[in-house]
Amino acid sequence: MAGLATALGSGAMTNTIAEIAGASCILAVGTSTTAGHPVIGYRVKEAVRKGARLIVVNPKEVDLCRHADLHLPLLPGSDLALLMGMARVILEEGLQDQEYIDRRCENFEAFKKSLKAFSPEFVARTTGLPWEKIAQAARIYATSKPATILYCMGITQHSHGTDNVLAISNLALLTGNLGRVSGGVNPLRGQNNVQGACDMGLLPNVFTGYQRVEDPAVREKFQRAWGYPLKGTPGLTHTEIFDAAHGGKIKAIYLVGENPLLTEANAGHVREALERLEFFVVQDIFLNETAALADVVLPAASFAEKEGTFVNTERRVQRVRQVIEPVGESRPDWWITCALAREMGGRGFDFQSPEEIFREITALTPSFAGLSYRRLERGGIQWPCPTADHPGTPILHREKFATPSGKGKLVPLSYRPPAETPDGRYPLVLTTERSIFHYHSTMTRHSPGLDDLRGEEELCLSPEDARRLGIVDGDLVEVVSRRGRVEVKARVTRACRPGVVSMSFHFAECPTNTLTSPARDPVAKIPETKVCAVRVSKISR
Amino acid sequence: MPDLITLTIDGVEVKAAPGTTILRAALERGIYIPHLCDHPDLEPVGVCRLCLVEIEGRRPTVSCKTPVEEGMVVHTSTPDLERTRRVNLELLVASHDYNCQFCARNTRCKLQEVTRYVGLQQEDMDRLRKPPLDQPLDDSNPFFVRNMNKCVLCGICVRTCAEIQGDGCIDFAYRGIRTKISVMGDGPIAESTCVSCGECVARCPVGALVPKKAEEPSYEVETVCPFCGCGCGIIVGARGGRIVSSRAVPGHPASGGSLCVKGRFGLGFVNHPDRLKTPLIRRGGKLVEASWEEAVSLVAERLSRYSGAQLAVIASAKCTVEDNYVLQKFARAVLGTNNIDHCARL
Ligand code: SF4
Ligand code: SF4
Ligand code: SF4
Ligand code: SF4
Ligand code: FES
Repeated sequence: MAGLATALGSGAMTNTIAEIAGASCILAVGTSTTAGHPVIGYRVKEAVRKGARLIVVNPKEVDLCRHADLHLPLLPGSDLALLMGMARVILEEGLQDQEYIDRRCENFEAFKKSLKAFSPEFVARTTGLPWEKIAQAARIYATSKPATILYCMGITQHSHGTDNVLAISNLALLTGNLGRVSGGVNPLRGQNNVQGACDMGLLPNVFTGYQRVEDPAVREKFQRAWGYPLKGTPGLTHTEIFDAAHGGKIKAIYLVGENPLLTEANAGHVREALERLEFFVVQDIFLNETAALADVVLPAASFAEKEGTFVNTERRVQRVRQVIEPVGESRPDWWITCALAREMGGRGFDFQSPEEIFREITALTPSFAGLSYRRLERGGIQWPCPTADHPGTPILHREKFATPSGKGKLVPLSYRPPAETPDGRYPLVLTTERSIFHYHSTMTRHSPGLDDLRGEEELCLSPEDARRLGIVDGDLVEVVSRRGRVEVKARVTRACRPGVVSMSFHFAECPTNTLTSPARDPVAKIPETKVCAVRVSKISR
Repeated sequence: MPDLITLTIDGVEVKAAPGTTILRAALERGIYIPHLCDHPDLEPVGVCRLCLVEIEGRRPTVSCKTPVEEGMVVHTSTPDLERTRRVNLELLVASHDYNCQFCARNTRCKLQEVTRYVGLQQEDMDRLRKPPLDQPLDDSNPFFVRNMNKCVLCGICVRTCAEIQGDGCIDFAYRGIRTKISVMGDGPIAESTCVSCGECVARCPVGALVPKKAEEPSYEVETVCPFCGCGCGIIVGARGGRIVSSRAVPGHPASGGSLCVKGRFGLGFVNHPDRLKTPLIRRGGKLVEASWEEAVSLVAERLSRYSGAQLAVIASAKCTVEDNYVLQKFARAVLGTNNIDHCARL
């Protein structure tokens, strides 16, 4: 969440899930909330029932559109142009909250200047939408208060995802929607504990609680606590790790609980990288496609077989409790990692329980300092929670922002087209999406029933493209990109705009991500699985 | 906190917040009034007419729709009320498929509660017996069965789908005696817009909507859903080392007591036969079973051959905070590398 951290000093959801129901306007950018985060979807629909205006920005007519006042089916990858266009309308029509900007923001003039490049003609051409529709969205967003912005994969998974996030925070700052109830900018985290994984420093550049490895004082603190010398240069991101493995620099990988062959952009490259490793160890609950390549596989216990905590997308730290004994010889991940560490002579891995680990976390992490298992007993607490008597923080940035100056930074931005645009050989744009019934494969696919509901990958395409290509609903088609090829059943649907096709990435039989693009956001380094150019043709049997 | 309102129900002084209905105020005070169509999560509609009460100075009224008022005097049981209630109940159950022993809702059924209270007997049923409806079961959904022969037309499922889940996939269809709950076009529910969230199943007061795999858990534990970032609270039931049920934590701060299909019905992966049960080591090109001692010492020995710059750790957004903390400590302190990241940085 590099983008939000630049502008606001924190990269998490600013408000709570429950508050969404109280918003007067919801701008949903690149999220198919009812499918990706169903229970947050319930809150969105509740807000709409109570009269909120819902604006959906998504290339595809996703399920959420049924409840929307306005759907903006922009061309994939043009989110930034649309958001800057909205900012332009807000300023031109004087709909901004000037008092808020003067009091709480900085860099307004520079930002204003950067809007010049976003003329109505340019924005309309780039997004493929009539300017009037964008203006209408801007007016609704700026005049219905409080207004909240929800976004996820769709917006961060672009080669310029970080800028997209900044464009979102710009809009919220201009309209004074940060630090107020039912407002805010709310990145919806995908997996159950993505927030917690980030909070725990499973990132190459930070320790727990986003304490930077480059900061000598931080390093000193961890060195003293752990009794080890620590490196002060950020490490490689996961896509760089696979590149380095491919290039032979990384020789061994310890991979826990992921299946990159299915979820990574350009899966073919990842497979080659893993095959070149000298040693590859995987720790998981299933022998998934990636684990099948490992030299050693360590069986992990599932969430139901261990104690611990998860942090949800609204920063709520919640207790996970053991329901049954670990299946077979499987062991909790912390137990396995500690055993490895001790075997390698590591000191400080003698934890007897997750609670003991949690105590070490709170001692080293200011935003978790006030938490304890006892305090989390009922309902959890939202960080930051600096002291034992602090109630937690449902809404961020109430008085000031977490930036050095305490002000929210308006960031000038410029548009860069997606790394891969359609051409003669690959004339269609493929975007990936998710199905409500699945979440990143391995768990849902092993749950009887969920597979019955949506057992097969589909390629969705518009009736216009289908006609042109001679494809009818249910045909087997091949989808070819610059990187790979898959076969899949076609589904013809009005939900797709002509020129755009979509697939999900839940199925091992049809790994969509052998197709997708490895171009990366230069700051956050998230691969562009959202946009890639393909061609589609019918397979005759 | 607004001032509480004081009223009398069956001679008992009851206090309730303004806006509370008489029915809710009575139930909270431990005074039972028969009811079927009321649900604390939903707007009241007053269709079953079992919750009739007398308020002094007024005509009999449904208590689930009447808010408490200061000084109200309410009677829940008078000869007139009892008579009307019995008639209303008889109409409702005339063709009910009473088969309690084999009904998944047995002992937790609101209709049993009401029947017991009204004192309806077998001979009453025999006298009433209308031809059974003989509606075919709809078992098209992988997770729950719809048995409309047990439906009391309370409309809770319809309102749940509209007010809680928010899509309104089901509704009343047909009229009069043929009235029933159905999806658009009256086909099987699996072919409708229903997303299988099970919210309606969790609220149906009788055995008309029941989970397919209805194994009774021997104990339950409150924890957090392992699928998406909403972090819904779930109460997981288990027996014999297996997970057999999952339901929402009522009033949970993140989920408000709701779940989607995954949190409610998707925990089958935990006991899937394909779960990894022992460490595996590659020998002669194949992964073969090994002991923890072997696996741990092999991994430790191999990893210690490399410098930090040659090593990387890829972590999981599914593991717990504690798992993750230990993992990055291991990477940074023991392996000596900041090459640590997870796949879902989003
Ligand atoms: S719905 Fe209730 S009354 Fe009817 S058979 Fe089931 S348990 Fe008995
Ligand atoms: S199916 Fe259940 S909830 Fe729905 S109307 Fe019938 S009895 Fe009520
Ligand atoms: S399962 Fe959910 S979506 Fe389906 S009818 Fe019931 S409430 Fe509606
Ligand atoms: S129940 Fe559904 S919405 Fe709630 S956390 Fe689980 S997957 Fe997410
Ligand atoms: S509970 Fe009052 S009418 Fe049904």
